[in-house]
Amino acid sequence: MAFFMEVLIAGLLAGVMYSLVALGFVLIFKASGVLNYAQGTMALFAALSFVSFMEMGVNFWIALVITAIIMIILAFVVERVVLRPLVNQPLITLFMATIGLSFFLEGFAQALWGSQVHRLELGISDDPIFIGDIMVSQFDIFAGVTAAAMVGGLAFFFNKTKMGRALRAVADDHQAALSIGIPLRHIWVLVWVVAGFVAIVAGLLWGSRLGVQFALALIILKAFPVLILGGFESIPGAIVGGLIIGSSEKLAEVYLGPYVGGGIENFFPYMLALVFLLFRPYGLFGEVHIERV
Amino acid sequence: MLGLKKWFLIGISASLVGGATMVSSATADEQFIPLPSYRVGPYAAGGTGLYGGFIDYMRMINERDGGINGVKLTWEECETEYSTPRGVECYERLKNKGPTGASVFNFVSTGMTYAVIERATKDKIPIMSMGYGRTDASDGRVFPYIFPIITNYWSQNTAKIKFIGMTEGGMDKLKGKHIVNLHHGSGYGRETIPVLNKQAEMYSFKVTHLEVPHPGADQKSQWLQIRRMKPDWVILRGWGVMNPTALKEAARMRFPANKIVGVWWSGAEEDVIPAGKSAKGYISAGFHPAGTEFPAVQDIVKHVYDKGKGDLSDKKRLGTIYWNRGVIHGVLTVEAIRTAQEKYGKKSLTGEQVRWGLENLNIDENRLQELGVAGLMMPLKLSCYDHEGGGAVKFQQWDGNKWNVITDWIQSDQSIVRPMIEASAAKYAKEKGITPRDCPKPM
Repeated sequence: MAFFMEVLIAGLLAGVMYSLVALGFVLIFKASGVLNYAQGTMALFAALSFVSFMEMGVNFWIALVITAIIMIILAFVVERVVLRPLVNQPLITLFMATIGLSFFLEGFAQALWGSQVHRLELGISDDPIFIGDIMVSQFDIFAGVTAAAMVGGLAFFFNKTKMGRALRAVADDHQAALSIGIPLRHIWVLVWVVAGFVAIVAGLLWGSRLGVQFALALIILKAFPVLILGGFESIPGAIVGGLIIGSSEKLAEVYLGPYVGGGIENFFPYMLALVFLLFRPYGLFGEVHIERV
Repeated sequence: MLGLKKWFLIGISASLVGGATMVSSATADEQFIPLPSYRVGPYAAGGTGLYGGFIDYMRMINERDGGINGVKLTWEECETEYSTPRGVECYERLKNKGPTGASVFNFVSTGMTYAVIERATKDKIPIMSMGYGRTDASDGRVFPYIFPIITNYWSQNTAKIKFIGMTEGGMDKLKGKHIVNLHHGSGYGRETIPVLNKQAEMYSFKVTHLEVPHPGADQKSQWLQIRRMKPDWVILRGWGVMNPTALKEAARMRFPANKIVGVWWSGAEEDVIPAGKSAKGYISAGFHPAGTEFPAVQDIVKHVYDKGKGDLSDKKRLGTIYWNRGVIHGVLTVEAIRTAQEKYGKKSLTGEQVRWGLENLNIDENRLQELGVAGLMMPLKLSCYDHEGGGAVKFQQWDGNKWNVITDWIQSDQSIVRPMIEASAAKYAKEKGITPRDCPKPM
């Protein structure tokens, strides 16, 4: 039983790490209806910029501020160069544009900072602690608390502030939002800035765990089933989805894996998400869209 | 003022003219080396170092010697991003380039090597898979165009078990031990399962295979299982991000790093630096050391980097594991062409002729000294029968700052490996309707 609990807790905490990535997707999807394929690369770009400044001898907090400024500049550039020319284009066009953005950012990051792997120490202890016989990672607990704080802040922002409501209005209908005086361009910049900040947090936590390297961009593969399951527009959904995906994939790998040759935790979350889709096509917390046909 | 479109058209025209110049400058005294490299994507750190060393060595040969007996080396890279379909596309794109076509392909990917075996055999272009690739291709009778040169995965694995046995105090001490094979979820990762099972049976140890799905960025479930199993040793058969992740998880589970033995694709600086102190004491196999003290490397510095022609912008990467491996790729490619020239003349050679050079490659200690790579690589001799040629492995340990070689060459156990290779190759020959060549067994 202790081992089962250990696997379950490890899965739940791993799920929180997936949620950190999924949150960035949710933000942009909520505000623009666009699935931002570049979110993983943004996390990589942020972490790579941060660690490169640190290696130049820049103080931790100054490096963090410079990275945040870079992500703000990136948001402005994305709005000006990628999004503005595509206003009112089909969403699939915007999605394709973010794929292009992902390739560009990856190449740009390499041109700027090189392809080497970097070590990133955030000063968070990675030693495990024991609750009875159950081993829990301190680092994962820290990541969980960080994610919870981010979710709380973002939920408040979207639900209780004027700007948050404006963001939701833009997501519903670009043209209608424009017609009532919501500044679309400012809104898009703002949401990409916030997604950029989420990418910094995700990039630093994942980078601290794996080393800052180009494989970081692949963390989006863990976020997709979380989004499908939790719903693309829901911040709490990203967290709940992450917890379900994380725990179920770990339990499946440990208890089902040995019977089918192992290595199933990559595709198991997608299978699970597909099963959920059969019953809840918009995910657990996704908004139900009723359209006239 | 010119508009954006005009500048764009000028740029395109300039590239086309440049490209045409490059092609037209190809003469009969050039030897073309295709380079399906991966410099972007998740495995870029390894790819840039390895192909950087490869190109630096070839450039040094051109700068210092004027090419191989006057035949200049030319090359063209094609980005694969370590993706097998793109690797095949690069193969098709590059195979007919140069005055006589591609000399020899080095994919540095087991998946790509598997994918082009039949094409390359049909096209008569050799594939050199140094320390990776399809193991049973060591049987040159069935795979005339494939060269898993220096040491294949199965040979390495027997050397690894020998090392573990030596550390335990003798091969008989392996009885009752438990070894976990933590492997990448790919063809490369699964390649050693048969030989490990065979060895487990021979030496009466228990082996458990745990697969880590690509890319291996999250290994909690595997390491929780390892914690529960309490094995005596873990074999780490990782690649890229899987390696530092494994070492960090091991430390978290309090599994000692000096009881983890990695394959050579888990034994570069890029694999341990991100893991920080968790990697200290970790051991990996290797078929060459790190370091810049070798005369050939010094020549690269003198003739290439001092002239500002180096492939890597960061000179600190010279002498790292991947860069040195790239240099060895260069050495073997050049020596295969040089050997082939002895038979076919000092001119541009076809892939088929270079294949002969590879099959008759004989680099002994004296030749290693002449080439300035003594100590960097082992002597090797290939033949029609044996496309591996070496088979020995050294082990190195990470001390937190650098790799230290901790053993001499440990010979692989060919009494286990060769019969398995021959059986597997024979099965392949039967499936594909291949009549094996009649090759004399080396003495």
